Amino acid sequence: MVPFPRRLIILAGHYGSGKTNLAVQLALTLRETHDRVAVADLDIVNPYYRTKDAAARLQSAGIRLIASPFAGSNLDAPAMTSETGQIFDDPGLAAVADVGGDDRGALALGRYAAKIAALGADAQMWFVFNQRRPLSATPEDALAILREVEAAGHVPFTGLINNTNLGPDTAPDTVLSSLPVIAELSRLSGLPIIMTSVRRDLCPALTGQIDDLFPLDILQKAEWRL
Amino acid sequence: MSEKVLMKGNEAIAEAAIRAGCRHFFGYPITPQTEVAAYMARRMPKVDGLYLQAESEIAAINMVLGASAAGVRAMTSSSSPGIALKSEGLSYLAGCDLPALVVNVQRGGPGLGGIQPSQSDYFQATRGAGHGDFHLLVLAPNSIQEMVDLTYLAFELADRYRVTAMLLADGILGQMMEPVSLPDPAAADLPPKDWAVTGTGGKRLHNIVNSLYLKPEDLEATNLARYEKYAVIQRREARHEAFLLDDADIVVAAYGASARIAKNAILAARAEGIRAGLLRPVTLWPFPKAAFAQAAKTARAFVTVEMSMGQMIEDVELSVRCAKPVTLCSRVGGMVPAPEQILESIRQAAGGAK
Repeated sequence: MVPFPRRLIILAGHYGSGKTNLAVQLALTLRETHDRVAVADLDIVNPYYRTKDAAARLQSAGIRLIASPFAGSNLDAPAMTSETGQIFDDPGLAAVADVGGDDRGALALGRYAAKIAALGADAQMWFVFNQRRPLSATPEDALAILREVEAAGHVPFTGLINNTNLGPDTAPDTVLSSLPVIAELSRLSGLPIIMTSVRRDLCPALTGQIDDLFPLDILQKAEWRL
Repeated sequence: MSEKVLMKGNEAIAEAAIRAGCRHFFGYPITPQTEVAAYMARRMPKVDGLYLQAESEIAAINMVLGASAAGVRAMTSSSSPGIALKSEGLSYLAGCDLPALVVNVQRGGPGLGGIQPSQSDYFQATRGAGHGDFHLLVLAPNSIQEMVDLTYLAFELADRYRVTAMLLADGILGQMMEPVSLPDPAAADLPPKDWAVTGTGGKRLHNIVNSLYLKPEDLEATNLARYEKYAVIQRREARHEAFLLDDADIVVAAYGASARIAKNAILAARAEGIRAGLLRPVTLWPFPKAAFAQAAKTARAFVTVEMSMGQMIEDVELSVRCAKPVTLCSRVGGMVPAPEQILESIRQAAGGAK
């Protein structure tokens, strides 16, 4: 079982590591045990693949989406909505915050650093790691990005998520071969590995070989059908 | 990196350029291509290369001209409005016969337009990249793997023919992620850059890289010689992909991301008993005219699928010499055609709904 904090999960890390897909899946899981769940899109960097693409799915699950009205539009504005503050201020809300990639994306977090610190153990910030992203493929490169994100967002990480994948080419071996790398990242950073998120159909092949598997359903821009 | 990695299209272009030996990148950020520059900013210092964010797009393209004149592989990247700003430099590059790579990750226009994907710079790339008589060599990838492969090819062809190559992508390809492998580029037997401005060492006459000709006779001769080179490129370098084309009554013409969506529609049309196929230009200049002329011998009709108001359609019509009807299926402004819309256009071309 994933050790969910009581109030807030913050996902940050290298861009393209799979934060948005994971944020939606975590919110759906939270919704099984919480009445009021929200996903907040704090991404001020990425122009296309946004939390908003999952709006219908979230809505049908009764999950609130807090996102910039400009997300997915033609306006290239690094903006967040004022409603974002509610995920820190509303004690009855369980939320997942989807932070933009790298240190540039994490800048948006700094605004809320004091509120996050005040939540103590009720808020956790997890570094999403994909070993098949070339700029974070080694423990040293991943650690450098991790530290840059912390410095830009003024919030320390509390755990690691192994989200290693190759998109449609992901095989059980893709995930297995990443285990020594994230183990080393865990040792270098002093952070625990919270879970390993894996596309749902690959989970049976990995059960028994990896603790704390978290099954993922993959989001797609359905209308493009590439 | 023979092991597969997961990359955004924009990152794949940048990594492929570095692997192709490019150590000089000059750019300016614009959505949806910014990751090219961001990747270069992170990687170039680690390979003793230069990443330079210029003060403008115009400055960046002129830095490319300077670097290329000095004989090194140089590149810039931008998106539609930024390419428009570079047009003067593109013309000067052509006038100087300089190899370079220019990447356009297209967004909606005209004007500032929007940041969503588009293919409405086809005319700009193939006809109007700048003033004067010249062509860019234009390559149009349709997958992240082709972003890599065609980046390698672009540098090779640019050096072989002393022309500037453009990689014409779109926002979808720039932003989407796919698994990709990055083999080392194949060794090519390329002519020496004995024209480069690298210092004479006191041993030879100095080289001049310049696009100004004081005598009109000289300028005419230079233009004529350049067009002889273009004729060679047209004969040798036109590339296309054929998909279910051999028996196709309805030939869908599409490039880039549109071609991927069109494949879904073609399979759906086949399931309905319509023999549809795809002819995908991989080079937009030179346009694969011969492949279209050949297809026109047996096809009943052509449908072009473009995220534009109809630009490539003119090359299709010219290539088939208007022997067969050509219709347009399009979305614009950052909107993307759905397979159902393309299927309906195929049905119409085949004679209406059955």
